[in-house]
Amino acid sequence: MRVLLAAVLLAGAAVAAAPQGGRVNPAAITATGFPATLGEYGFFRDPAAQVPAAGVTPYRVQTPLWSDGAEKLRFVFVPAGQKAKAQGDGLLDLPVGSALIKTFKLDGRLIETRVLLHRADGWLALPYQWNAEQTEAKLVLAGARFPAKTPAGQPISYAIPNKNQCKECHASSGAVVPLGPKARNLPAAWLAAFHKSGRLDSVPQVTRRVPLWEARAKVSVADAARGYLDANCAHCHNPRGAASNSGLFLDWEQADPVALGIGKRPVAAGRGSGGLEFDIAPGDPAASILYHRMASLEGGVSMPEVGRDSVDPDGLAVVAEWIRGMKR
Amino acid sequence: MSIKLIAAVSALALTAPLHAKTLSVAAGDGAQTRLQEALILAEPGDVVELGAGRFVLTDGLSLDVGGVTVRGAGMEATVLDFTGQKGAGEGLLVTSDNVTLRDFAVENTRGDGIKSKGADNIVYYRIRVEWTGGPRETNGAYGIYPVESTGVLVDGCKVIGASDAGIYVGQSKDITVRYNMAEYNVAGIEIENSRQALVTGNLVTRNTGGILVFDLPNLPVMNGGQTVIEHNLVIANDTPNFAPKGNIVAGVPRGTGVMIMANDTVLVKDNTLVDNSTGQIMVVAYPNAFDDKRYNPFPRRVVIGVNRISGGGTDPALPGGAQLKAAFGGALPPVLWDGLGGKDALALVPRGPVLTLNLPAQGAGMDKANPGLVTPADPAELVMPGPVGAPAALEARIAR
Repeated sequence: MRVLLAAVLLAGAAVAAAPQGGRVNPAAITATGFPATLGEYGFFRDPAAQVPAAGVTPYRVQTPLWSDGAEKLRFVFVPAGQKAKAQGDGLLDLPVGSALIKTFKLDGRLIETRVLLHRADGWLALPYQWNAEQTEAKLVLAGARFPAKTPAGQPISYAIPNKNQCKECHASSGAVVPLGPKARNLPAAWLAAFHKSGRLDSVPQVTRRVPLWEARAKVSVADAARGYLDANCAHCHNPRGAASNSGLFLDWEQADPVALGIGKRPVAAGRGSGGLEFDIAPGDPAASILYHRMASLEGGVSMPEVGRDSVDPDGLAVVAEWIRGMKR
Repeated sequence: MSIKLIAAVSALALTAPLHAKTLSVAAGDGAQTRLQEALILAEPGDVVELGAGRFVLTDGLSLDVGGVTVRGAGMEATVLDFTGQKGAGEGLLVTSDNVTLRDFAVENTRGDGIKSKGADNIVYYRIRVEWTGGPRETNGAYGIYPVESTGVLVDGCKVIGASDAGIYVGQSKDITVRYNMAEYNVAGIEIENSRQALVTGNLVTRNTGGILVFDLPNLPVMNGGQTVIEHNLVIANDTPNFAPKGNIVAGVPRGTGVMIMANDTVLVKDNTLVDNSTGQIMVVAYPNAFDDKRYNPFPRRVVIGVNRISGGGTDPALPGGAQLKAAFGGALPPVLWDGLGGKDALALVPRGPVLTLNLPAQGAGMDKANPGLVTPADPAELVMPGPVGAPAALEARIAR
């Protein structure tokens, strides 16, 4: 009897999840328009537990973008019968019909899920906000703002970016592009497994991999700091990004010390300069605008401009140590 | 039907899609979400119409759809109030082409007022951007801020209180800035790392510096120039510099009328310059050390035509300004040059003397100055700017 009851419950659970289908709905990814709920895509077999549907593969990045300490769950979907293409160190080339899914958790609760959909006319970024019951996430085109708490217990005003703000970070020469799945920022083992599963045409040859953030103590502080800046700043601060006009370029490959900020004067920083003269003053984090803006919580000063309402102590420490170690 | 008329009709057809609609947004509860949604859901050709009243906003707004007009009920009637802004680097960000912004105000943003980046053929018309607490270091940097764009028209706008530049056009070309009013900003109007700009018919007063034409190193777009500054009223720009240090305008002396720094081919004529207490017109090299082989720090082919000049130079905010003033009988001559850039740096038409600081080299401080009068070379050898200004189609959008 008890076994029977369990079986019924199990079946019931399966039925309840059926609208999600445990199967991805490819039309939601590729059709025009903006699906009103996350459920329409069917990315999750069990949405509340973030158990992915068949064909949806979890992944992590070596060094992540920090977002008020939120835990992030990342997934990639490549349509059946197709493969992503390796492109050296760079972004995996995901075919039309692919999707990238990133769920944010704070305090053990699902906060938001951001999706990037590869449609015939390009990538589209959409934000979804989870309901209080944790049963569904609704499209919030215009973003949302609500009180929350960081894992460190700090009260914050958490902001879900609006559709345009998604693009601000994800824009390269004006078009939306994915940021995370660059081969250089993906674990080698994951790439090998993704290839083995038949979803990636080959294992990309990575010449210089971004360090694993948790293992940063084992690499040079320069590599740790540059990896952090690449993941947290370079989406805008690159020659094709939203901050192209600043001339401050913090991408992993950047070799020009002035473009990296060393001895570089600000252009349009305004009061973001904090009265300091250089983006990076070698040997002196406190005299560096880069450090000042990372440490600030003030609108118009703090960087990144969107996506955080608290300071990342670990990221700040690594960048400070890197600047401190530079020859004056 | 003349060819010209046919062209006009087809141009109209292109710019006005058949199903263009108006999305009306009223002030009041939920303005942030309603307005941002309208800006996202608008389609090319649509008008987002802002009602009269005060829109209380907590986050920056953005527009990424081309060909949209955002229109309010007037720069005093429709106010986007960012006094309680929590996030984003500006009040409104535009990243799409062929956008028209008109007849509304943006107040008290934490960062810049309205920024348009990579937004070609943009029109700002009768927009007011203001920090209502007066000139303060904590105000946002730029009021109206088009950057990396081709085709920019800023017309009939009013900007007050920016801690950098009221109207700032950067790394752009084909620009018209006309009939605007800028007061109590650090720089009233600034054209930076840009080409083919026409700055005409503006009133700039009570700023630290009136009109600046600058070129800076280490930027994706450099070699600014081919710019005309004419028919402006540049009056009593006497507000002490309140720019946060580190920014290039923090070095602009209080009492600067028009300042040209490190540009190629700039014409300054037919302006009215009154009581700018340091220098009515200044022509200088980039003053700081730099590491950029592509960059030319010197002014080249700056031509100063006939301007109506009155007063000024009576209280120069320069190191050693008092002695300098005394040496020139109580007021500096109206045109001040740092002496750098060689014989092609500047010319006066008709020929005449300027005050030179005779700095020995780029980057030298005022302590190395050896002031005197000099008459620059014959202007006949100098190149005049070619065509300048925004495309005519932008003016047509706001035809009166």
